[in-house]
Amino acid sequence: MHSLLIAAIAVQDWTYILVGITFALYIGIAIWSRANSTKDFYVAGGGVSPWANGMATAADWMSAASFISMAGIISFAGYDGAVYLMGWTGGYVLLALLLAPYLRKFGKFTVPDFIGDRYYSNAARIVAVICALLVSFTYVAGQMRGVGIVFSRFLEVDINSGVIIGMFIVLFYAVLGGMKGITYTQVAQYCVLIFAFMVPAIFISIQMTGNPIPQFGFGGELADGSGTYLLDKLDGLSKELGFAEYTEGSKSTIDVFAITLALMIGTAGLPHVIVRFFTVKRVRDARKSAGIALLLIVLLYTTAPAVAVFARTNMIETVSDKPYTSMPEWFKKWETTGLISFEDKNEDGKIQYLADGKHNELTVDRDIMVLANPEIAKLPNWVIALVAAGGLAAALSTAAGLLLVISASVSHDLIKKVIKPSISEKGELVAARLSAVGAVVVAGYYGIHPPGFVAAVVALAFGLAAASFFPAIILGIFYKRMNKEGAVAGMVVGIISMLLYMIKYKLGWFDDTLPDKSEWWFGISPEGFGAVAMLLNFIVSITIMKFTKAPPKEVQDIVENIRIPSGAGEAINH
Amino acid sequence: MTKENKARAYWKENIKYVLILLAIWFLVSYGAGILFKDELNTIKIAGFKLGFWFAQQGAMYVFVILIFVYVRLMNKLDKKYGYDA
Repeated sequence: MHSLLIAAIAVQDWTYILVGITFALYIGIAIWSRANSTKDFYVAGGGVSPWANGMATAADWMSAASFISMAGIISFAGYDGAVYLMGWTGGYVLLALLLAPYLRKFGKFTVPDFIGDRYYSNAARIVAVICALLVSFTYVAGQMRGVGIVFSRFLEVDINSGVIIGMFIVLFYAVLGGMKGITYTQVAQYCVLIFAFMVPAIFISIQMTGNPIPQFGFGGELADGSGTYLLDKLDGLSKELGFAEYTEGSKSTIDVFAITLALMIGTAGLPHVIVRFFTVKRVRDARKSAGIALLLIVLLYTTAPAVAVFARTNMIETVSDKPYTSMPEWFKKWETTGLISFEDKNEDGKIQYLADGKHNELTVDRDIMVLANPEIAKLPNWVIALVAAGGLAAALSTAAGLLLVISASVSHDLIKKVIKPSISEKGELVAARLSAVGAVVVAGYYGIHPPGFVAAVVALAFGLAAASFFPAIILGIFYKRMNKEGAVAGMVVGIISMLLYMIKYKLGWFDDTLPDKSEWWFGISPEGFGAVAMLLNFIVSITIMKFTKAPPKEVQDIVENIRIPSGAGEAINH
Repeated sequence: MTKENKARAYWKENIKYVLILLAIWFLVSYGAGILFKDELNTIKIAGFKLGFWFAQQGAMYVFVILIFVYVRLMNKLDKKYGYDA
């Protein structure tokens, strides 16, 4: 008992040390990279190098969900987890080929800037602001919650205090440094989070398969000399316990297709990702940094499915049909947090982990797969602490990126462009800082009081981005005749159809009970409906456009101009 | 070549690249990883069933390669048309 106690304290100390060092680093960077102009605040001065922007984009993109939850989700979903893997990476191909270079050439500060100017109307701008706020607020609430959860699990402060500590940190560098501060802290946060994710993965891969590269390890043979492939073993174990074979999955093909598409398109339409490409110097840098960002993201995303397989196999072998009294220390520890729970239904003292809910005795939260993985694999204490620092880096970097979008939407798109165009540069900078403060407070509020529909939130954010921005931007670049009537009608129809479908089939607010899966349109789940809403947007936009007049000559000239990469330097100095 | 013609020719070549690369993007993810995964799963490389591998690994590697190929192609194209200044 005594040695256990020492081990537990050591993890705590390590966590304080590592979290403390990383926080000090973020604050130091924030002080060093203060924003002095609106251009600094919105687009980091417009001179970020492709590598720095790639790293910042990767950290911006990979949220608490990617770091903490994704491997766990995959380990319970098996093959079906591919919707997240492909969905959250494939969008970068669309970004690099269809959006980033042109938006960079356009060279303004925000996505509503583009929509408002390209569709020569403040109505379009305001619709875009509403979309940007809806998407970013739904997303940021989850991040602040993530910060709170990491704090509570590793540092034994309660979730709400964790949220508040996180608020102050983000407030400090987002308000002081704007995009400039955020960019360079995100570079540091990428390094922290990727290191924290890879170290345990490599350790476990060596333990289980003898291969130090997790991406190869999970397709290899077990290290126990049995000559069995790890995946075959997991397929067998899953079948024995009544689950679907791990490599087969259980969702319908059309639903897997639709969800993957909705997530890819949504990724390419998320304003906090798009704005990152406004920060580089030239059009060619925008393309290159999209490639670098994806490379850095894929490093984690190809490791996650390996971690999923290691963790699931490890967990089943440790608990399945074993006496409860023989459970290792981590089991008890995570039981107290409620992430894992055991109910001895048949009173045989052993743990039955089964697909059949009636006889299953073990409930496991998916987050445990990453959070407890190092303990399950008996890794050293500093590795366990590293996971906490990594989770915080992932959550904070994404939260900061989203807060910036929110503050720019208010101070730039609403105040400067619509309400009070005469505002001075200095006044706008003050407004930007104040709206960042406001946004942090609102995000913190939702982190402490998460709305009841948290489960729907991520799917909703992606669905909305896919259904609103993506078609409007693509048509704006590739279809010169697209006009404001078409674009506004398309965005409105896209968002409303997405919201209604989500409310009916995910939240069940229209009926007394949540409608059954069999009632889904074409068998497509609410998570995948963004793909349909996006198509509706395209159809409505093009139809309405056909019956209304072409955009003015100046706007058509803008389109001609953004298609050519040279001269992007001047565009930013508007 | 007039300025307009030059811009039009550049745009046409760009669109050609984009369409070819997006076709590959579609084939590796929606094709190999989703629509034809059951057929591909009959082929096994080490412990990986091929359809499963494309869905959880291969498609992502190809995505990265596609972007860098596009970067190279476009840098060359920019140079050819004198848009690299």
